[in-house]
Amino acid sequence: MNFIEIVRFALRGISANKLRSILTMLGILIGVAAVILLVAVGNGSAQAITTRIEALGTNTLTVMSASRESGDLTMRIAEALDDPVVAPDVRSVSPVVSTSATLTYEGAEHEISSLVGTTPSWFGASNSPVGTGAAFTADDEAQARRVVVIGRTVAEELFAGADPVGQQVTIGGALFTVTGVLKEKSSSGFQDSNDTAVAPIGAVRQVLAGYGPLSSILVEASDPSMVDTVQGEITTILDTRLESGSYRVQNASQLLETQTETADTFTTLLGAVAAISLLVGGIGITNIMLVTVTERTREIGIRKALGAPRRVILTQFLIEATLLSVIGGGLGVAAAVLGSRFSIVGVQPVIVPSSVVLALGVSVLIGLFFGGLPAARAARLRPIDALRYE
Amino acid sequence: MEVPVLDVRDVTKVYGGGDTEVRALDGVNLQVERGDYVAVMGSSGSGKSTLMNILGCLDVPTTGTYLLDGVDVGSLGDEQLALARNRLIGFVFQAFNLIPRTSAVANVELPLAYSGMRAAERRRRAMFALDLVGLADRAEHEPDQLSGGQQQRVAIARALVTEPALLLADEPTGNLDSHATDDVLAVFDDLNAVGRTIVLVTHEEEVGSRADRLIKLFDGRIASDSRQEPVGRHAAAGVLS
Repeated sequence: MNFIEIVRFALRGISANKLRSILTMLGILIGVAAVILLVAVGNGSAQAITTRIEALGTNTLTVMSASRESGDLTMRIAEALDDPVVAPDVRSVSPVVSTSATLTYEGAEHEISSLVGTTPSWFGASNSPVGTGAAFTADDEAQARRVVVIGRTVAEELFAGADPVGQQVTIGGALFTVTGVLKEKSSSGFQDSNDTAVAPIGAVRQVLAGYGPLSSILVEASDPSMVDTVQGEITTILDTRLESGSYRVQNASQLLETQTETADTFTTLLGAVAAISLLVGGIGITNIMLVTVTERTREIGIRKALGAPRRVILTQFLIEATLLSVIGGGLGVAAAVLGSRFSIVGVQPVIVPSSVVLALGVSVLIGLFFGGLPAARAARLRPIDALRYE
Repeated sequence: MEVPVLDVRDVTKVYGGGDTEVRALDGVNLQVERGDYVAVMGSSGSGKSTLMNILGCLDVPTTGTYLLDGVDVGSLGDEQLALARNRLIGFVFQAFNLIPRTSAVANVELPLAYSGMRAAERRRRAMFALDLVGLADRAEHEPDQLSGGQQQRVAIARALVTEPALLLADEPTGNLDSHATDDVLAVFDDLNAVGRTIVLVTHEEEVGSRADRLIKLFDGRIASDSRQEPVGRHAAAGVLS
């Protein structure tokens, strides 16, 4: 009996009980798809964290008050940091006040959580270039002119497709002229980084924030490799003016490092969960394969009684198991690829190729083993024992 | 002298061991010549099904030898045993044992497929065998769409499609009503008339009386073995050729 004939027998075996075949494939499909997607979500969120931090700029330092109450950061300190003698590697210093505000334009109203008041150097330091229109100038800042650069989300909410540049919006009761719109930023995670607005610090203080302490000071190093040197330099300046311990300096590259470590832990954790689901999926496959073959022990007995040699029976069942696990696994990969196109709980999954190979390989091997083993056992039985099997 | 189709020499079959030991067959000797029509009768538990399974190479005796067409079955390996079941024996079960969810004609084709015959020739012979049992018009029906008698006739078609020297039937009419029993027995009569050797197991007097030779088993031994004048034999002998 030739191989093609046995393949035809296997196909007939699969199609003879469509429901059972479909359920078997569904079990494998879910197992494979779950593992791939889970790893993809873990990988996706790790990548999202990295992009988000990289978007902050890796050559910047943020000076903040150690606690909310002790607001010791003043404009004077910001100016002192820009000292070419003590701190020659500082490219720019941008004082920042940040407050929530409501923007209105012709009846449309939009609330943003962070209206940033700062100097023009902030655009370069925070890696937030202006897309259309222009940033405000140093002159605007000096005169505390009421101009504003808005984020992409704000532009869409208020102007709905119309060109916002040159229009006037009301912020905190005062009219601000929109000079530009920020270039769209990759926004992943829980906060929309396009939902912001930037105005001269003088204007924001006048209208909204008042003349209290600064929220933070953004310091840009001349080169990413100089970040640590700059940190030393500004610490020296700050220590002469402030009590040490009343402020802290956040380093973007340090932040990146910690966050990457966190993301790695996260990925490992998800990988462990995925491994367990693969195990559970594998047990599911084992189960259905065992049931399928056990249920057909009688059929194997009939075939043996009609003169089928062990080899032919074994080959037929192995082909059936192979087809079921390969088709089921392939559909699982397809489902995972399809699923990864949608964002899951705010995370855009990124498929890890090795997880596809692993999930598919393990499922197919388990399917083959547990489809083949009981079939081999049944094929070895005397026909009468197989026929009597219940 | 011609070699008997079946030659059973001092066969015993023991199930279990120790206190629960059951001697299903206890030293059975039996020869069946070519063209014979033998009925094996006995009460339940007399060992007739066990004997049948050994004759059909489905089971192996505990001791003793069994020669099929002069060949010692005990010496055959898996492949050769499969070949023997396929070529020499046609087996009909009490429970029909058709493959579920598979059409009648595909069921009948199965032994031919295992013997390596090409699909077209296989289909032709399977249809011929189905025609023989009067079910050519049911070829595409699956077992659960057929009545018990029809299923058993499909099983008989499957048993005789390889033109085996020996047709074994284990209570072939046990699950059938009287009308279906007549149909099935008529098929056996016709087959015997064209020279097939038939051994069937039954507990029905009416079925046993149609054979040429009646063997009675009691407690795993042959109690009587006699030739008889068949009663009620189907008249249309010679229809098959």
